Amino acid sequence: MEHPILFLVQLCDLIGGGVASFAHHSPHVIYSWFAMLILIVFGLLARKGISIIPTKVQNFFEVVIGGLEEFTVDITGEEGRRFFPILATLFIYIFVCNLLGLVPGLLPPTANLNTNAAMAIVVFIMTHVIGVMTHGPKYIKQFTGPIWWLSPLIFLLELIGHSARVLSLSIRLFGNMMGKELVLGILFMLAGAYFAPFPMLCLGLLVCFIQAFVFYLLSTMYFTLALEEAH
Amino acid sequence: MFKKLSFSSLGSAFFLFALCTVAYAADAETAIAGLRYFTVSVFAAGFGIGIAAFGCGIGMGYAVRGGLEGIARNPEASGKVTVTMLIGLALIEALCIYTLVIALILIYAHPYSEPISKLFAA
Repeated sequence: MEHPILFLVQLCDLIGGGVASFAHHSPHVIYSWFAMLILIVFGLLARKGISIIPTKVQNFFEVVIGGLEEFTVDITGEEGRRFFPILATLFIYIFVCNLLGLVPGLLPPTANLNTNAAMAIVVFIMTHVIGVMTHGPKYIKQFTGPIWWLSPLIFLLELIGHSARVLSLSIRLFGNMMGKELVLGILFMLAGAYFAPFPMLCLGLLVCFIQAFVFYLLSTMYFTLALEEAH
Repeated sequence: MFKKLSFSSLGSAFFLFALCTVAYAADAETAIAGLRYFTVSVFAAGFGIGIAAFGCGIGMGYAVRGGLEGIARNPEASGKVTVTMLIGLALIEALCIYTLVIALILIYAHPYSEPISKLFAA
């Protein structure tokens, strides 16, 4: 597989020195900074000129954030409202990162396992923090099950299940984005002049949104499971 | 008759392919062992993806059937049913994606990837 041409990496080549070697070694970090820049610009845009009667830009952001908040509280209940910021951040960040992959010459940061594993570990740690915050030391009861003499076995199974969550969250996103990149690259190489990648780009748009949504929805459900009482 | 013929031909092709590396035994031995490993890995990757896609296709067919029946029975709930169906499809598709990741690891990132890439680059 030949080395792909990436715009930001070429830009860092112009700067030269240590930045260039870093950019060649880990382009996904450079592109995650780019996604962060886009989101910060959007945030600053949304803040400008907030009024009671919303204008077009403010309307758009209100629809997005308000809809997400309603959807989250629908699933987690009222006490889940204070965890809405991290969930919405995950969704919007992953969505923007995935969309970067559809532009030729840009690399989606989520096509690298490190980005996804970082986000999955954050969700994992947050689940346990929420559990301890809500239930105190009785949080361990969620891992033991109803019969007391089976509890070591059930504890082990629950531990494995929880670790599998981290793996499944990260690898699902990584596999989808990497697979899309590979297919787009191969189709482009084979028949780029005949617009062969075009159907894959349309499917790619759907996949970007659905994968970000599934990551967000699964994180919300894990938070809900940590919030509720033990069975 | 057809099943026996195709299975035996596949098996013998694979066996011959794996054996033909012995003919180059005079050269660098790591490359030969690596090539044998690579042959088996690529074979396994292709079959793995095939079986995974087969199972996931059936599973997703069931999911979409359930969704369509729900919409046909109650067209007003089509929004909720569609959203739930899409979420279920993404989760089932993830199983095929896990197999795809294993297949990619087998083809590109197996222990003998260094000598193999040197072999193909030269």
